[in-house]
Amino acid sequence: MNRFVERHPAWALIAIIAIAVALWLIFAVWPPGLEEAIGRKRVFLNAVFNGITLGGLYFLVASGFTLIFGLMRNVNLAHGSLYLFGGYIGYAISTSTGSWILGFIVAFVLTAVVGVLLQVIVFRRMEGQDLRQTMVTIGLSIVFADLMLWACGGDFYQIQTPNWLIGPIELPLVTAIKSSGEPVYLRYPLVRLVIFVASVVIGIAMWLALNRTRIGMIIRAGVDDRDILAATGVRIQLVFVAVFAFGAGLAGIAGVVGGTFQSLSPGEDIRFLLASLVVVIVGGMGSIPGAALGALIIGLAEQLGSVYIPTYAIVVTFLIMVLVLAIRPQGLLARR
Amino acid sequence: MSLAHDAQLTVGRATKAQRPARTWPEINNPAAWAVAAILLIMPLIASGFFLIEIFATTLILGTMALSLMFLAGYGGMVSLMQLTIAGFSAYMVAVFGVSGNANISLGWPWWLAVPMALALATAFGTLGGALAVRTEGIYTIMITLAIGAAFYYFTNQNWAIFNGHTGINNVATPHFWGVNWRADIPFYYVVLAVAALCYFAVEYLSRAPFGLALQGVRDNPRRMAALGFNVNAHRVAAYAFASFVAALAGVLQVWNYRQISPGSVSVGACIDVLIIAVVGGITRPIGPFIGALIFVLLRTFALDFLVRLGLDGNRFRLLIGLGFLAIVFWSSDGVIGLWQRWRQHQRREVSRSGGGRGHG
Repeated sequence: MNRFVERHPAWALIAIIAIAVALWLIFAVWPPGLEEAIGRKRVFLNAVFNGITLGGLYFLVASGFTLIFGLMRNVNLAHGSLYLFGGYIGYAISTSTGSWILGFIVAFVLTAVVGVLLQVIVFRRMEGQDLRQTMVTIGLSIVFADLMLWACGGDFYQIQTPNWLIGPIELPLVTAIKSSGEPVYLRYPLVRLVIFVASVVIGIAMWLALNRTRIGMIIRAGVDDRDILAATGVRIQLVFVAVFAFGAGLAGIAGVVGGTFQSLSPGEDIRFLLASLVVVIVGGMGSIPGAALGALIIGLAEQLGSVYIPTYAIVVTFLIMVLVLAIRPQGLLARR
Repeated sequence: MSLAHDAQLTVGRATKAQRPARTWPEINNPAAWAVAAILLIMPLIASGFFLIEIFATTLILGTMALSLMFLAGYGGMVSLMQLTIAGFSAYMVAVFGVSGNANISLGWPWWLAVPMALALATAFGTLGGALAVRTEGIYTIMITLAIGAAFYYFTNQNWAIFNGHTGINNVATPHFWGVNWRADIPFYYVVLAVAALCYFAVEYLSRAPFGLALQGVRDNPRRMAALGFNVNAHRVAAYAFASFVAALAGVLQVWNYRQISPGSVSVGACIDVLIIAVVGGITRPIGPFIGALIFVLLRTFALDFLVRLGLDGNRFRLLIGLGFLAIVFWSSDGVIGLWQRWRQHQRREVSRSGGGRGHG
């Protein structure tokens, strides 16, 4: 951090000013002139919170994607299918047993099993052939999409939010002052906040596991040079299978989250594949902090864009990707 | 990159003996003449449905896939946005030309609208290519897929230019010299002429200095840079040429269906173009057309076929996906690779049996 400030004082200043403006926009009571110019503060705050919580969902999808890519150089274009598969499983479990949490667990386990099967049966046969692996994942995503369409039809499914999470809570953020001088606080759905906190916890746990444990050390070494790692006697195939299972399982969990936030239908797989592609391109391939930063940026851009410039929202996301590619082709937080 | 590369090596070995370099390979090949003759007299053989729905569609899709084959086979860059470029060009024809949506279309005559669409689509594809060449290999797929998907969602959201998810309907087709060029037979010849032009242009370019340098860049970019070639400029130029080919196909496509909507530029359709090229084989320009023929035949007849077998007729995409997986698993050079291997096998059998008799 200090090195960054020393090296790029101008950028650091701009970043500090931007953060200060953002904090002021969130916490201060807006003067009437500003409200006239860009609309109500409640709308803005809702868009910011939606963006941050959507970023949490994107992080869950993209972190598995980036972990698999970082270690195995496998661009898993069937990741969106795993997301949708997890969502359908979560829906089936939570409607039949009534337990939302159980839906998460079963979705994680089953998508992880699919991930293990994919790694053992398919990808191990073509190790080191990046392009061929990617082609195979494209073929698999077509097959999965059609199988799921066959099994579940083209309907929209929404996973029921459990009772103890239904309803908004009041946040200590003032959106406006009534004429009587009484402050109006922001009300926001509890379930989205809980899920966001859960994704932050998962992210921090992943970071700790990667940086503080032995298995994390092995994975980081594998990202840097898997041949040397294999030569030191680590059973690399086992690590590959474990990482693929974990990444796939994360996609499955994300599917349940997405099914609760939004809805599940054919085509969502492509949407979340695109989201994770853009997130990891922006954040940096194979980097977990990069996935978190990218998910936050893309989530905010999407939600703020859809509130303030509705017909061009997707272009904002895309422009961010172009900008990052033009300035830092390897992604914001990638090491190389 | 490895896929195209390996296949290229085997083909190179297989074909080196057969043909002298630097001539058109078709001239001495009777099969090529036969195919050309059949294509020319096709309107006598096939009725309207077959002529347009099968053969013209095959040629249009084949031309799109040809642009991908040029990039992937000679440049080592697998671009998933070729269909997006074609779709962009189709949208531009609809926007600048005459269509049923008078509030959007500018109503230019076709001879102004088409060059405009081609120029804009080529510029679009070149810009996308310039972005994609900033990274290498596997990243190209991701970036071009992201561009394609972003374009799809953008056309869905934007009503001012692209008319949202309903798209633009009743696009006018050219009508001059007393000929309705969208009538079945004239349209077939227009498509055939464009496809042949693109085919021979790719064939020519692959042996021109530019194409050879591009293949050098594919095989060893560092060495080419050391030899003084501008690697990125070659790649961007390849994107520009491929974009132009794709844009031509896009113009034909919008004339064929007379409408364009986001469904035609969806991510699935982008991937279909990749499937066509890979199934046909991405080492030679004829591959995409073979792939397109297989794809169109499957798409048209899979339903009847599956129903006749007693299966669910809607599982067409499953069939396509499984076929694609099989090709990627077993033949890195698509159908032409399989054919060539079979031919070599036959020849070896013949020579072995001949040799055996000689001994006896």
